[in-house]
Amino acid sequence: MADFNPKEKKILYRAFRITAAILIVMLAAALIFCMFDLPGLFSPDHPGENIVAERYIESGIEETGAVNFVAGMILDYRAFDTFGESNVLFAATICVMVLLLVQDQSKSRVRRKRSKKNGTVNSDQTTVSESQTSFEQLPESKAYYEDLRDEREIEPRLIKNDVILKTIAKFAVPFILMFGVYVILNGHLSPGGGFSGGAIVGSGFILASVAFGFDKMERFLNRKSAGIITFVSLLVYCLAKSYSFFTGANHLESGIPLGTPGAILSSGLILILNICVGFVVACTMYSFFSLMRRGKI
Amino acid sequence: MFEQIYNHFNDIVAAILFVIGFSNLLFQKNLIKKIIGLNIMDVAIYLLLASQGYISGRLAPILTDGSENATTYINPIPSGLVLTGIVVSVSVTALMLSMTIRLYRKYRTLDLDEILVKVRKEKEDKGEG
Amino acid sequence: MDFVLNFPFFSIMICMLAALSTFMLGRRAAAVVAKLALLITLVLSVILTVYLHGTGESFVYMMGHFPAPWGNEIRAGELEGVMAIFTCVIALLSLIAGKYSIRTEIDDTKQNLYYLITCLMEASLLALIYTNDIFTGYVFIEINTIAGCGLIMIRNTGRSIAAAIRYMVVSLVGSGLFLIGTTLLYSITGHLLMQNINESVAALAADGSYSVTLTIITALMTVGLAIKSGLFPFHLWIPDAYAISVTPSSAMLSGMVSKGYIFLLIKLIYRVIGFDVYSSTGVFDLIFIAGIIAMIMGSVAAIRSGYLRRMTAYSSVSQIGYIFMGIGIANSAGAVAAIFHIITHGLTKSLLFIAASSFTGRKEDIRVSDLKGLGHKYPVSAATFTAAALSIIGFPLFAGFIAKMLLANASFDCGWRMYAAIGAIAVSTILNVVYFFKCIINLYAFGGFEEEKKDTEGSTAEETADESVKATACVDNEDRPTKYENALHGICAAVLAIINLYIGLAPGLLSDIITKGLNVF
Repeated sequence: MADFNPKEKKILYRAFRITAAILIVMLAAALIFCMFDLPGLFSPDHPGENIVAERYIESGIEETGAVNFVAGMILDYRAFDTFGESNVLFAATICVMVLLLVQDQSKSRVRRKRSKKNGTVNSDQTTVSESQTSFEQLPESKAYYEDLRDEREIEPRLIKNDVILKTIAKFAVPFILMFGVYVILNGHLSPGGGFSGGAIVGSGFILASVAFGFDKMERFLNRKSAGIITFVSLLVYCLAKSYSFFTGANHLESGIPLGTPGAILSSGLILILNICVGFVVACTMYSFFSLMRRGKI
Repeated sequence: MFEQIYNHFNDIVAAILFVIGFSNLLFQKNLIKKIIGLNIMDVAIYLLLASQGYISGRLAPILTDGSENATTYINPIPSGLVLTGIVVSVSVTALMLSMTIRLYRKYRTLDLDEILVKVRKEKEDKGEG
Repeated sequence: MDFVLNFPFFSIMICMLAALSTFMLGRRAAAVVAKLALLITLVLSVILTVYLHGTGESFVYMMGHFPAPWGNEIRAGELEGVMAIFTCVIALLSLIAGKYSIRTEIDDTKQNLYYLITCLMEASLLALIYTNDIFTGYVFIEINTIAGCGLIMIRNTGRSIAAAIRYMVVSLVGSGLFLIGTTLLYSITGHLLMQNINESVAALAADGSYSVTLTIITALMTVGLAIKSGLFPFHLWIPDAYAISVTPSSAMLSGMVSKGYIFLLIKLIYRVIGFDVYSSTGVFDLIFIAGIIAMIMGSVAAIRSGYLRRMTAYSSVSQIGYIFMGIGIANSAGAVAAIFHIITHGLTKSLLFIAASSFTGRKEDIRVSDLKGLGHKYPVSAATFTAAALSIIGFPLFAGFIAKMLLANASFDCGWRMYAAIGAIAVSTILNVVYFFKCIINLYAFGGFEEEKKDTEGSTAEETADESVKATACVDNEDRPTKYENALHGICAAVLAIINLYIGLAPGLLSDIITKGLNVF
């Protein structure tokens, strides 16, 4: 496919542009036509207003215990979707880790091999000069660490002396975290829930790491602890939901008390699931930022 | 005609936004602009979904004043779907951004065409594929 | 309720749990856990399929405490069981056969993540196969897309990431179209569960309302899924993605990932929109023509490419064309043939990639002309490669022959479709012969020559060549495949070839299951 001369390429490219434009216009026309056909904004006889929505609202509180009908719907009636959704987030985290995570070079395979070849089995040594010499002969995926190392060296200097940021962050971060926790814990009572609350907590972490440096964040949120938190939360989520699916499908009583609607400790599994999702999302948001910024969690 | 447009205002805006996002995602060369296009496309779908659930004069689907009548609240299903969709969109955006970071670090450009040219050159140097 | 009926749910959850636990494990333990999970899933799926084949019925499984239109559901019948077995077999065999490739080409500390991605992929495919709810389908499509991206870029080089980003862009366009189709479908029917949508759509079609909207929705969703599975005008990401990733990734991507979307499309046709409404929209013609063009163009591109794995990847484009053509024939025989071809092509193409890995060694790809004499060096791989190539060509005795025959049979009495389909199959078969026989001849014909040359010219040339290979590719002995890995690789390839031969010799059981499964779909 590669051997066209430039003139032919130009013609092909132009043809491609024109076809694409025509297709896009057709798509727009079709969609707008569709939209006119839909039931409008102000019509109460929308097809969605059927037995499904009715039951979610009218018996939602008895069946799920959640005052927030949306929380009841996504975490109890349609919980399998939501389970899939948290797995999407997990899958994305894994892929971002594969892409951006810089391992301790002493642990990496290529590194080990080189030291074996040189006769020095001293794998803990990672002085800059030695790794510089080794980069030249390493396969290309290793060359990328060189770029990263530079970035990491610049990092702390940039943010060290920013007094305004530090002072504001000192006041703002606790409130942000508190608000995030509030949103998570009240997911079944008010707007919000695990995802939004987790995102707020995660943004608090990000602000803290920008203001005070990653070193301070690493004391309590490093690769190990973030991994364990994500793992345990997802495991609890997975097992709790499996139990609920299994009992539901086999028509067994789940035996989970629903509590009084409106209280914090109510609505059975929904609170627990919200907390799990909150943990996962907070860790994920922070690790996205941290991985993109410096290749480590 | 005018009333029709007024009735379907959200839907039409959603359709136009969808097409804008769609064509940006497909035809922009710049990777960051592609990602912006992706997000516009997703937001258009959420707007469409949210306006499907909305009926003017009804309340958000959270119990207020003890009324458990279905006609008091809007339909909770589209809201739930939007929540799920947002999470998916966030994950995909993060993944695309991190791929962009890696590509930029390696090839020092954000233009996908240029990157592909460089990739092809690299392959020819190595004699593989 | 029989305990067997829990098995679809168990298999999804087992894969998810395995994916989670590999997150915390080292690479060896992760490999064991992932393979074990896939093996358990395989056993469960086999038991389920045998049970369902006995009863001949399908069943619906509530995911949670709430029945049909309120809660999520999954659904299983014979057809779903067979598809589950097929994905498990390919995932398991690819992982085992690709042990060497995974060990040498992926960073040590990221190998457990590779197994994790595989488990997630398998879980999402199972969910796509079993799902009875269109929005669940969308969510798991996204997991599938992200996991597929992970499989492509796991080598972590610039080239693989460039391939992955092209794949992502095309896939995201597809998911966007699918999602807006789902949204529109929800807003005219008010349901998300397949059964209920089907009923509402039938009622709407009987009314005659929303006919244009229905057509547009159908087209949007179909095009979305077709883009994601790599149908002709959207196939440009395929060769890079398949040829650059590591061997097990290529095998899985070509064998099962794109097939999951096609299976969802078949679900869409039969269970969501309904066959009659779908065929009244005329989208079948679109699929049929795109399929036929893909058959021809894919083969032509494969002939032009000249590199082994890239050629195999282009051959996938043409085979996906066959599957879409089968669906586009627009009768149940065509759908049966298409599903049959999904299975045979998955088995065959993963075998081709697995066998090709021993020819390419540690390189990403080699020229077809460099295959000379390798047939004598790697007898098992060459034999299985030949078997797979013959199957793709449609040589009698192999599964591919049966698939092509079913496709041709299905197109009888379909007017212009018959001529188009049979003509396209004939042309594409000839083109397949051209590029696969080039490989086979290169593999076998020149072996004797080289040995003679060696004898006459002395062993110096060979030694230098060996040394250069050592210098460029493998510094240590660690980078050579061990005997154990070679044996596993051979066994996996042989198992795939035997399954292929078995289906080719006794297609009755499989086609019977598919036909019966489609009837209760």
